Amino acid sequence: MDWNTILITTVKASIGLETVVYALAAIGINIQFGYAGLLNFGQAAFLGVAAYGMAVTVATFQLPFWLGILIGLAATIVLAFLLGIPTLRLRADYLAIVTIAAAEIVRLVFRSVKFSSVFGGSDGRQNFSGDFFAMNPYSPGTYGIGPISFNERVTWVLTVGWVLIAIACGLVYLLMKSPWGRVLKAIREDEDAVRSLGKNVFSYKMQALVLGGVVGCLGGFLFALGQASVQPDLFSTEFTFYAYTIVILGGAARVFSPVVGAAIFWVLLVFVGNTLSEAVSAGMLPSLFTVNNIGAVRFMLVGLGLMLLLIFRPQGIFGDKREIALDAR
Amino acid sequence: MRRAVIAFTAFLGGLVFLLASPAWADGEALKGTLQNQGQPVNGVKISVAGEDGKPVGDATTGADGKWEVPVPEAGTYKVTLDQSTLPQGVALKLKDRATLNVQVYEGSERNVLFALAPAGQQGEAAPASSDSSSSFWDRVAQLTFEGFNLGLIIALAAMGLSLVFGTTGLTNFAHGELLTFGAMCAYFFNVILGVPLILAAVISVVIGGAFGYSQDRFFWGVLRKRGSSLVAMMIISIGLALFLRYVFLFFFGGEGAPFAEYNAQPGIQVGPISAAPKNFISMGIELAVLVFVGIALLKTRVGKAARAVADNPALAASSGINVDGVIRIIWTVGGAIASLAGVMLGLSQNVSFQMGFQILLLVFAGVTLGGLGTAFGALVGSIVVGLFIQLSTVVVPTELKTVGALLVLILVMLFRPQGILGRRERIG
Repeated sequence: MDWNTILITTVKASIGLETVVYALAAIGINIQFGYAGLLNFGQAAFLGVAAYGMAVTVATFQLPFWLGILIGLAATIVLAFLLGIPTLRLRADYLAIVTIAAAEIVRLVFRSVKFSSVFGGSDGRQNFSGDFFAMNPYSPGTYGIGPISFNERVTWVLTVGWVLIAIACGLVYLLMKSPWGRVLKAIREDEDAVRSLGKNVFSYKMQALVLGGVVGCLGGFLFALGQASVQPDLFSTEFTFYAYTIVILGGAARVFSPVVGAAIFWVLLVFVGNTLSEAVSAGMLPSLFTVNNIGAVRFMLVGLGLMLLLIFRPQGIFGDKREIALDAR
Repeated sequence: MRRAVIAFTAFLGGLVFLLASPAWADGEALKGTLQNQGQPVNGVKISVAGEDGKPVGDATTGADGKWEVPVPEAGTYKVTLDQSTLPQGVALKLKDRATLNVQVYEGSERNVLFALAPAGQQGEAAPASSDSSSSFWDRVAQLTFEGFNLGLIIALAAMGLSLVFGTTGLTNFAHGELLTFGAMCAYFFNVILGVPLILAAVISVVIGGAFGYSQDRFFWGVLRKRGSSLVAMMIISIGLALFLRYVFLFFFGGEGAPFAEYNAQPGIQVGPISAAPKNFISMGIELAVLVFVGIALLKTRVGKAARAVADNPALAASSGINVDGVIRIIWTVGGAIASLAGVMLGLSQNVSFQMGFQILLLVFAGVTLGGLGTAFGALVGSIVVGLFIQLSTVVVPTELKTVGALLVLILVMLFRPQGILGRRERIG
């Protein structure tokens, strides 16, 4: 058992690219689900259209990087309207089914052979991150403390990522303290009461859906830039489910809980995954466990964890039970 | 349906390759695995040429169906499968796709998929025959048949899902895993223990019913008693689905596998429709089960009680119906017919750990289209979805047919959210 490597990768995971991407996606879900009570199960699609919007603009059409970012943002907003208009007037589970279906549509279109000249089929798109890394202020080398260090490219991606997380958290904090945020929380508690006060509930829900999508799509940009490629299967529905697990683990309707939740989630996932695979190669587990199937165990634990959390502690680590939008509507 | 199977196998294959091939492999190469209905095909010659037609190398598939040709640099290559080396009874799915142009990226191995089909069965997919009007209608008839085939499988799954929703309000994202469970049970008995498939299917339906019963008895029923809210239960069902799916992956592995019997049946021609006999028989079974469940819902006391509970649980309870008992029966029957659907799905495509999840959205589309919570609505909606998916391939590429069905789901939300047979008050 190589505890040293396990510990180093685990500590790195707590601030690594996955944590940043999932934290941003989870902050978006927290706005939608935690504050407004909207069950958006298509967050992966929001990240996907943003990442592809940027990648396709730069890689396929050879247009500038910042235009790519703008197109990615625009695509996210359009997607939010497309999903919101049919479903936000209906009950919560309709939004859930439609958003999950939309996420599959987006993924299938991205990976289709028909549009592979634009989206690159299942290989996705590469060669679009040059301009981003050209802005890198770090000179080549490794940055960090002792073995916990990253090269200059990763450091740059992580710096941008954590700055974006800080901005998103500040935005959520200010918004939720404002009258706008109070209306949103009121909608979560009792839609009819808010409507009877003359508020346009549909419009508020739509704003929450768009805002959550836009915050999430920042994660999509970083995911694409950090890996220097986009592939359709990165944006599968399981991505969304893990992001939900993160929100619920941290505690819905709290500003920092998605960030803490993401860090804990990835630390646990990496730690359990590495420990198990080390244990398998050291022959410490029964022969039922092999190198090939051990990866499935940690995702079993994710599912189990999600169930147990909702059954025994739906408010997560930091949440308040009275503030969780789990009542049927 | 077989079109769907091949497309699906190719899709799954692609997925597996994607997961299996490390992106950091040194040296560019082209490789792949030739499979016919899940069985490796060996001794097939595959040659690779550069964009200018200059030969680069060739390979012959091994006993495991694998081949690999290293290429000197990143770029576009022509990969040709020599059709004369294909074994008897196996042919290319699309005759004109013997040569593929593929892009190899810097430092990565590129997987190339050739879709194979049993000889004599690939005809239905050949798009070349759609010139004259008579063959166009033949194709429509064939697709209608395949649409019914898919629709009936969806309907089997949808009935249980819709009734569970109607009676408990639970949107069960783990319903797809009931299908996978059924297929896995049948696979275990059929392939591992060597029980004939028909008997294995019966056993798996019984076990599936028991699985449904115990899910309600020991899990959902307990949660209802604790007063868990519906949204919480919906997310719990996602957790359960993830958990079960990875348990299946753990024990079954990531690759699909067929049952031991009825794999490569030669197709028979009935009017304009050509299909393997197993398709006709499984459709007959599906139809019989659906009719049986339908009659049971209409005529028996339990069936009437089930519809009453689905309509309005509180009112049903106050008129003396044992609501919990009815819900348990619905879970049992729902689990059993979902198992059957899983076996049928496994028969028409490979058994894999994701099969249930992949059809779940189509089941949701069927249920929503028919009207959430109604039994017959689910039936009608599912068949419409199945037909729509297959018939849409007349105009859209096969790989995007699911997209069409899911788009329809969204449009239904826009114009008639209560579905075909649903009622207005359920939706608000």
